[in-house]
Amino acid sequence: MSRRALDRVQERFGGQILETNDYLGDESITVAAGDLPQVLEFLRDDPQCDFKLLLDVVGVDYPDRPQRFDVVYNLRSLDQGQRIRVKTRVAEGEAVPTASGLWHNANWHEREVYDLFGVEFSGHPDLRRILCHHEFEGHALRKDYPIEKGQMCYTVEKLLPEEAVLPGRETRHEGHWNAEGGWEGAPGVALADEIHSDYLPVNIGPSHPATHGALRIEALLDGETIVRSEAEIGYLHRCFEKEAEDHTWHQIIPYTDRLNYVSALTNNVGYVLAVEKMLQLEVPERTRAIRVIVSEMGRIMDHLVCTGTNLVDIGALTNYWYTWNAREYLYDVVERLCGERLTTSYTRIGGLYRDLYEGFEDDLRGALKKVEQGVQDMMALVQRNRILMDRTVGVGVISAEEAVRWGYTGPCLRASGVAYDVRKAMPYSGYENYDFDIPVGENGDAYDRIMVRIEEIYQSISIIRQALDTLPGGPVQADDRRVVFPPKDEVYNSIEGMMNHFKLVFEGIRVPKGEGYGFIEAANGELGFYAVSDGSGRPYRVKVRPPCFPIFASFTTLIQGSMVPDAIAILGGLNIVAGELDR
Amino acid sequence: MPYSIHGPQAATGGKGSRMRGAELWYLKEIFRGMYVTARHFLTNVFHMADMPTLQYPDEKPNYGPWLRSRHRLMKREDGTPRCVACQMCSTVCPSDCISIVAMEDDRPDVEKRPETFTIDLLRCVYCGMCVEACPCDAIRMDTGIFEIAADSREKFVVDLDFLLNNTTDGVKP
Ligand code: SF4
Ligand code: SF4
Repeated sequence: MSRRALDRVQERFGGQILETNDYLGDESITVAAGDLPQVLEFLRDDPQCDFKLLLDVVGVDYPDRPQRFDVVYNLRSLDQGQRIRVKTRVAEGEAVPTASGLWHNANWHEREVYDLFGVEFSGHPDLRRILCHHEFEGHALRKDYPIEKGQMCYTVEKLLPEEAVLPGRETRHEGHWNAEGGWEGAPGVALADEIHSDYLPVNIGPSHPATHGALRIEALLDGETIVRSEAEIGYLHRCFEKEAEDHTWHQIIPYTDRLNYVSALTNNVGYVLAVEKMLQLEVPERTRAIRVIVSEMGRIMDHLVCTGTNLVDIGALTNYWYTWNAREYLYDVVERLCGERLTTSYTRIGGLYRDLYEGFEDDLRGALKKVEQGVQDMMALVQRNRILMDRTVGVGVISAEEAVRWGYTGPCLRASGVAYDVRKAMPYSGYENYDFDIPVGENGDAYDRIMVRIEEIYQSISIIRQALDTLPGGPVQADDRRVVFPPKDEVYNSIEGMMNHFKLVFEGIRVPKGEGYGFIEAANGELGFYAVSDGSGRPYRVKVRPPCFPIFASFTTLIQGSMVPDAIAILGGLNIVAGELDR
Repeated sequence: MPYSIHGPQAATGGKGSRMRGAELWYLKEIFRGMYVTARHFLTNVFHMADMPTLQYPDEKPNYGPWLRSRHRLMKREDGTPRCVACQMCSTVCPSDCISIVAMEDDRPDVEKRPETFTIDLLRCVYCGMCVEACPCDAIRMDTGIFEIAADSREKFVVDLDFLLNNTTDGVKP
C-alpha cells in the first residue's frame, strides 16, 4: 500500500515533483506553486490515488529561506487508507493558486494561512482574515511576530455586504440571488430612501445560548427563512499554535485540554501520540489500553453533551438532565483519576500522568451503567418521537459526496453514510484489538447525526468494557530516559536520577528534526497534530487539525433556505466546539 | 463492520426514518414523556438520598486524594522551607506563574533557599507540573482547597509565608 501514491504521482508528473519524502511513513511531495492545482486535481481524481478528503492546509514560516513559506496540503483517501502531503514553497508576496475549486473547505483553510502567515492565494473567492480580528496588523504565526505583542481592535465587522442587506421592496424584484448567494440585478436602494426593506439582517451570536460557544452568524431573513448568511469565528482564538512554539513539548499538554474542552482526555491522547510518533517511541501495553479507555470516556462525554444540548435547542429539555447526570458520573471518575475535572492533562509523552487509582475499574463500570441508564431514559423520550422527527428528519441534509468535499470527518460524515472511522481505517493505540462496529446514517440529516452519536455511545461503552476486561498489568511509563521523568525516589536519592530529571526539566524533550502528522478519531472527527521539529526542546511548528473547523465552514451553505429554528437544530448536531474551532 | 442506524441491529431502534402507524400520533408522545418524567419524579421522592444533586456549599464534593488544589510549600523539621530554590518548578510551569528569588543559606548541608517565592494563582492552570518537577518534594498540591476567592487581583499572588502555612485540612492560614 505504501508509496503507491508516490509512485503514481511521480510517474505522471516526473520532473515537476521537486522532492519526495516518506519520513515516518508520511508520504510527502514538493511541487512548484504553479503546478499545485494540476497535482492536487490529479491526486483527487486518479482512481488509484483517490485523495478525496482535504484534511488541512498548513503554513510554516522559515524566515531565513529566500522562499520563506511552506504551504502544505494534507490529503487523505477514504477507501485506500493512504495519506499524502503536498508542499509548495513561496516567497513573500508570491501567491499560491487556490484549491477552493477542488475542495469546498480549502476556502477556510486557506483563509487561515493567509490570516496567520500573510500568504496570498490567487483566485481565492473570499480572501479575508478568519481567526484574527479584521483590524489586526501583521501575521501572528510568522516567526518575526513577537509573541508578547498584543493589539487592541474594536470595530465590528460587517459580514454581509450593504447591497445584500438593503435590496428595497421596489428593487428586489429586479434581480435574483444566484447560486453563490450573490445578488444579480439592480442594487438595493439606500437605507434612508427605503425603510421597509423586505430582508432583515439578524445577528445570531456571538453570545447566544444556542451557539454553545462564541460564534457569530449574520443572517439575512425573508420572514423566517434564511436567504443568505455569513459566519464569523475567532472569538476564542488565543493562538494555541504560537503558544506551542514558545513552550516545550511537555508544557503543551495542558494547552491541549483547552482545544475541545468537552473531551479533553481525547485531545491529550491525540497530542502525545503525535509526539511519540516523531520520537518513534513505543509505550507499554497497559498505557495503550488506558489511553483507549480514557479516549472513549471522552467520546461518551462529548456525545452526551452534544446530543443533550442539541435536543434542548429544539425544545426537548427534560432529556438534558438525563444525559448530563450520566456525564456527571463519568466526570466523578475523571476527577478522581486526573485530579481535575475539565483540564485533565492526563497523558504524558511516553506514558501517563498517573496509573489508574485503586477502585477505578469499579467506579468506571458503575458510571457506565449510569450512562446506559441515562441514554435509555433519553431514548424513552425521543426515540421515534414524532415531534423530534418532524424537527430533524430531512433538515440540514448533506450528501455523502458533499460531506467529503467539505472535509467532514467523524459522526457528521458517518451520518451521511460514509463508514470512515480512523479507529478502523488506521488503528492506533491498540484499537485493532477491540471488537466494535461503525454506525452509519443514510440521509445525512440532523436526525441521523443525533442517532449516530447515540449509537456510538453504545459502541464506546462496549470498547471500554473490553479494555477493562483485558487490561494488562505493568508499568505505564515508557522506559526511555530521553523522554520520561525518572521515578521520584531515584530523583531524591541518586545523583544520576537527579541530573536526568534536571536535564529534562531545563532542556525539555528533544524531538528529532523532521515533521510528522499524528491523528486520532476524536469525538468530532479526525483530530490531527502536524508538528515540525528543529531538534531543539521546543516545537518549530504545531498545527492542529480541528475536526469541527471544516464542518463549520459548511454551515452557512447548509442553512441557506432553511428557517432560523432549523439552523439552530443543525448547528447543535454539528457539535461545534469553539475552543477547538478557534484555537 | 458498518451498520445502519436505521437497520434492525441498531440499539436505537432502526425502522428507517419514515414514521408509520401509531408513530404519527403526537398524543402518544405526550403520555410517553409524562411517564418517564413521572417515574423519575417518584423515584426521587422516595429515594432522596440517591439524588445526584449536591447541596453545595453545605455539602462538599469528594474529589479523591489526587485533586490538584491550592499549592503548599513543605517545611523541614526546623520549620524552614524544604525548597532549595532550584527553579525547576518555575521552569516547567507552562503558565509562567511562579517566581523565585534565591538566597545563600548559612547551614552547611543546605546551599540555597528561597528569599521570595510567589505564585500567581490567577495565572496558574492547576496542571500539577510544578509538583512533578520538584526534585525534593518541596511543593505539593494536596491541600484540598479549591475555593479560591479574593477581592483584588493582588491577593491572588501568594507568597512564601502564605504557602508555607497552607495546610492540608483546608484551613486558611
Ligand atoms: S500547577 Fe501548573 S500552572 Fe500552576 S504553578 Fe504549578 S506548574 Fe504552574
Ligand atoms: S519548590 Fe521544588 S522545584 Fe521549586 S524551587 Fe523549590 S525545590 Fe526547586
